[in-house]
Amino acid sequence: MASPLVSIENVDMRYGGPDGTLAVSGLNLKIQRGEFVAVVGPSGCGKSTLMKLTTGLHIPQSGSVVVANSQVTKPVSIVGMAFQNPTMLPWRTTLENILLPLEIVERHRHRLRAHKAEYVAKAEKLLETVGLKGFGEKFPWQLSGGMQQRANLCRALIHEPELLMLDEPFGALDAFTREELWCVIRDLHATQDVTIALVTHDLRESVFLADKVVVMSARPGRIISEHVVPFARPRQLELLYEPAFNEMVQKLHGEIATARAAA
Amino acid sequence: MSSTETRTPVAAAPKPALKINWVRLSPVLYTIGLFVIWELGARISGLPHTILPTPTRVFEAIFQYWSPIWKNSVQTLYTTVLGFLIAIVAGLGIGLFIGWSKTIYAGLYPIMVGFNAIPKVALVPILVIWFGIGTVPAVLTAFLISFFPIVVNVATGLATIEPETEDVLRALGAKKLDIMLKVGIPRSMPYFFGSLKVAITLAFVGSVVSETVASNSGLGQMMASAQSNFNVPLVFAGLLMLAVEGIAMYALMAWIEKRMTGWAHRSTMSN
Ligand SMILES: Nc1ncnc2c1ncn2[C@@H]1O[C@H](COP(=O)(O)OP(=O)(O)O)[C@@H](O)[C@H]1O
Ligand SMILES: [Mg+2]
Repeated sequence: MASPLVSIENVDMRYGGPDGTLAVSGLNLKIQRGEFVAVVGPSGCGKSTLMKLTTGLHIPQSGSVVVANSQVTKPVSIVGMAFQNPTMLPWRTTLENILLPLEIVERHRHRLRAHKAEYVAKAEKLLETVGLKGFGEKFPWQLSGGMQQRANLCRALIHEPELLMLDEPFGALDAFTREELWCVIRDLHATQDVTIALVTHDLRESVFLADKVVVMSARPGRIISEHVVPFARPRQLELLYEPAFNEMVQKLHGEIATARAAA
Repeated sequence: MSSTETRTPVAAAPKPALKINWVRLSPVLYTIGLFVIWELGARISGLPHTILPTPTRVFEAIFQYWSPIWKNSVQTLYTTVLGFLIAIVAGLGIGLFIGWSKTIYAGLYPIMVGFNAIPKVALVPILVIWFGIGTVPAVLTAFLISFFPIVVNVATGLATIEPETEDVLRALGAKKLDIMLKVGIPRSMPYFFGSLKVAITLAFVGSVVSETVASNSGLGQMMASAQSNFNVPLVFAGLLMLAVEGIAMYALMAWIEKRMTGWAHRSTMSN
């Protein structure tokens, strides 16, 4: 088997100097190319820290983080990120927001001006994929929360990252919009050649979307168990009402409750 | 049947056209009302012109002394706008510098607040020692008094970028300069343009104060010398000119703000 896309080994990460908060400790995680991994765990256990370690926003005090066969020592631009807060820039149209990463990433920023039409076409295709066809000229404040989050996904994908990292992206949305977006993510993963890591506190979300669900302990966080999700793809929303699905959700729920109690 | 149908809209249409927009009109009406009350008050109380001149007497003075009033108004506008323009350049520069990093912001902000606490009037004598009386101290006082709000607003706009936005960009390999150009500076623009309204008002305070104590031209100086000649209507005429200039410049800044940062108003309105 090929080497994993992400390999985190024995990582400790402490915030704010030697006496600061130990956020994660003895963290081990491997993510294979093309895999969809969901990370669940009690609040404050270091899930976002795990994301930031993988993208190179934080460098751990000990242990190693390897992404695409190279040690992470600075931000890695093969990653796209999306957070719960869509952070669209209000002075740019949706389309201009989506093109923003191209103005930053080394490999695209020098080509952008000359190949603008090509990139705009790509952005519009992405918008169509997430169900926002024709909304490119709208400003973010003209979009609903769910639509902003869709645009946010487009922004995370525009530079064709190998790894998409989603940190509780649907936390602020209502149940129906959230299920719609689950399907958007599911289809993105099925059609684009991308590896996805999703942090969530919604266990149904993690089981519905992921190939593998990893459970973290309370702070300092480490992985306490990994569960392969057995359900065949493509998965439909009806799956949410099947007994086997709910059984798995309940098992995860129990584990996290124990992890919280242990803290 | 068809004739009534065509007539109804014709009959209805002129109604809204005739309707007076009282809200739009009210500033004018209130201003006229203020002058009327002032006129009546001054006449009924019987106070002499040397204490409270009537508005008609003040307008008479404006007419009578139009040439010096015009010359001094232009001078005051010139010193104010020049000081204000320097304040914009320096304010933007210092604001960008202070907002650049959280450490600089934390270190320099208290110093700026301390500097701002000094009444700028107290600096006029020093400026006179350095530059002599006249235009230079007036311009500098206008500058010193008006650049602070610009600095604070620009720096605050930069220093309060959402950490998540910064993370998204840094993960893509963005340098500090990229983040400032793409996010920091655009997002501080509404703060900057908002501060211009405050700054231009303060710039008038600075230039007039300096003209009053250390100049031989400008509305401040004109009013001071009119006062020593007991020409009270001319003093009031100067005040009126200052009000006109102040309102005009404020309106200009408000207009620029609206033109440049419309997105900020619309996006906060929807939230
Ligand atoms: N920048 C930071 N400075 C100091 N402590 C932090 C910082 N970011 C996170 N922490 C702490 O590290 C722990 C893990 O945080 P985080 O990874 O955000 O948890 P999660 O995303 O699982 O809720 C928390 O206790 C949090 O308070
Ligand atoms: Mg988090």
